[in-house]
Amino acid sequence: MPRETIRLFSGFARGSVKLILKGNRAYWLWLAFLGALILSGALAYANQVRTGLVVTAMRDQVSWGFYIGNFTFLVGVAAAAVVLVIPAYIYDWKPIREIVIYGELLAISAIMMCLMFVCVDIGRPDRFWHLIPPFGHLNFPRSILAWDVIVLNIYFLLNFAVATHILYRAFHGRRYAKRLVVPLVLLSIPMAVGIHTVTAFLYNGLAARPYWNSSILAPQFLASAFCSGPAILLVVMQLLRRFTRFEIQDQAIQKIAELMAYAMFLNLFLHGAEAFKEFYSGTQHLLYTRYWYLGLGGHRTLVPYAWSAVALNVLAFALFIAPATRRNWITLNIGCLATYAGVYIEKGMGLIIPGLTPDALGEIYEYYPTIAELRVAAGIFALGFLVFTLMLKVAVPISLGEFRDKEDPGDLGSPALAGH
Amino acid sequence: METNGKTPKPTRRLFTSTAAAAAAGWILTACGPKRLYEAPRAQLKKAIADLERQYRERYGKNVTVSDSQPIPGVEFAYALDISRCIGCRRCVYACVAENNQSRDPQIQWIRVLSMEKEKGVDFSSADPYYQPAEVPEEGHFYVPVGCQHCREAPCTKVCPTGATWTERDGIVVIDYDWCIGCRYCMAACPYGARHFNWAEPNIPPGELNTNTHYLGNRPRSKGVVEKCTFCIQRARAGRYPACVEVCPVGARKFGNLLDKDSEIRYIIEHKRVLVLKEELNTMPRFFYFYAT
Repeated sequence: MPRETIRLFSGFARGSVKLILKGNRAYWLWLAFLGALILSGALAYANQVRTGLVVTAMRDQVSWGFYIGNFTFLVGVAAAAVVLVIPAYIYDWKPIREIVIYGELLAISAIMMCLMFVCVDIGRPDRFWHLIPPFGHLNFPRSILAWDVIVLNIYFLLNFAVATHILYRAFHGRRYAKRLVVPLVLLSIPMAVGIHTVTAFLYNGLAARPYWNSSILAPQFLASAFCSGPAILLVVMQLLRRFTRFEIQDQAIQKIAELMAYAMFLNLFLHGAEAFKEFYSGTQHLLYTRYWYLGLGGHRTLVPYAWSAVALNVLAFALFIAPATRRNWITLNIGCLATYAGVYIEKGMGLIIPGLTPDALGEIYEYYPTIAELRVAAGIFALGFLVFTLMLKVAVPISLGEFRDKEDPGDLGSPALAGH
Repeated sequence: METNGKTPKPTRRLFTSTAAAAAAGWILTACGPKRLYEAPRAQLKKAIADLERQYRERYGKNVTVSDSQPIPGVEFAYALDISRCIGCRRCVYACVAENNQSRDPQIQWIRVLSMEKEKGVDFSSADPYYQPAEVPEEGHFYVPVGCQHCREAPCTKVCPTGATWTERDGIVVIDYDWCIGCRYCMAACPYGARHFNWAEPNIPPGELNTNTHYLGNRPRSKGVVEKCTFCIQRARAGRYPACVEVCPVGARKFGNLLDKDSEIRYIIEHKRVLVLKEELNTMPRFFYFYAT
């Protein structure tokens, strides 16, 4: 019934706009803050398009920098959904099942930010279509970047399909179609592993860069991804509990924190294994690791970042592994911030820049992002958070049963998402 | 799949859906206007005429853009005599002038590294910015590095759009009109041979070399990658690259690897020859040798 569908959809759209336009002072201040960052980023990006990537600190020696670092980090954040899916669906752990949808919404925003970071990094964004067959030519399967384009887009569509299906059905007052959702959700597990592995292989496959050409890279990507995604999610969960009627059990939050502790342990262990190999064997390939942790001669720009990342990650591990600090809300949130910051540094600056310093012919060019790069990056983060905020603004009332198609009694009691 | 002892016969539905999927896959990967250089000749000719008109408007000079093809039976290779090179950088500047590299911001396809004799070929202690009053310096030798035109080129492998490839005569080229500027090739190149136009390239019209090739020295735009092409506009016309011509000590040799009587073959067969970063298995067509 197309007519019915149109009526339902326009009701959904109108209702969503109404929800988005309704909010307290804090909500509008938040939106204004994001809007300002987006505007500043857009202006900086416009200038970059006009004058070229020369406005960044990237040069031939360090040809990737802050943008690609953020891209890499955000691929990790996109794992958030899967960290929730595994306990919720494989172990049928109900307290987490109710929040899987928020993990998926976060994944959608994160992948959007990833794609935007790639777009601002390329020299000719007007030629983006060269990647898209049949108009363009995708060098598949030879180029790992082609693989990455494919898996990121599939992961995006997967999460988008599941999230919209569940929410739309709930709006309609009906349960989601189990036969559709469960296989897709299960598929998202190998896909999440896939986006991390492929993104790691992007760097891993380059023999020219010994810092990346280490087989530990992909496992380490996965380990750190299973920390950074949930770190954001835990904070979002607490905010939702506080500002809406949405109920999330304490044990769900603490369980996720426990899983993060294991992931962080693995991450630290893999870093340690890599550092051992490099320092003990002490070949010429040590240069890059040395640049990150100790500096080369007077070139020490990144050293404080390296050790802050180590300290933050160790702190997060300690706070999440001890049940007492996991249950204390203050230490839990400190742990989340430490994880987020630690992984952000090690996977952003810490992966890309030492990989390219010294350059292929041994020259040391010390890269440090310019204000223009910071503004563009902040704008992209703000746009991602804006999308995430607006999606939550619609999704939360739907799952609470507050936002529902009025003419459709549906077959569910309220709240619509609970108890499936 | 049921195990009833018989080989399951493909149903019509299975067959049609598989065929449809295969067709869709073929269309997605094989069709459509691709890299211009692979387009029909007529389309390439028209594009070249457009380019020549654009360059004329921009520089106020007649610029010819050649699309000369590889010569059958020719595979180019290069050899550089490390024991002769004196580090004068004349090759660098001849290359800039011949190949229309941007003067500001400065792009140079050849980087000459000053190395210490005590350490040998060691990149980590090499100095590309040496500025003594006179070269060669005591205790130093020089290793000029540009594109090595690898047989197993890591850069062409990683390009997501197929904008860079190896021609049949062994020259690794870039289609500047197809490159999206992702710089994955720059990360993949072990020789720092690829350079990016971080800003709009700038060539004084008076210094423009008007004899250009589509895959070589025609003026580039900002946001794309460029590199040495063995002076494709010269090599395919039977001339030496500019760096070979200008070298005051005759350290640079160039020729056809498939010609048994060529100088390049003589060098490879009779001299002590090495390639840079041999362990990466890139198999360069650019050889270094010690003649004395």
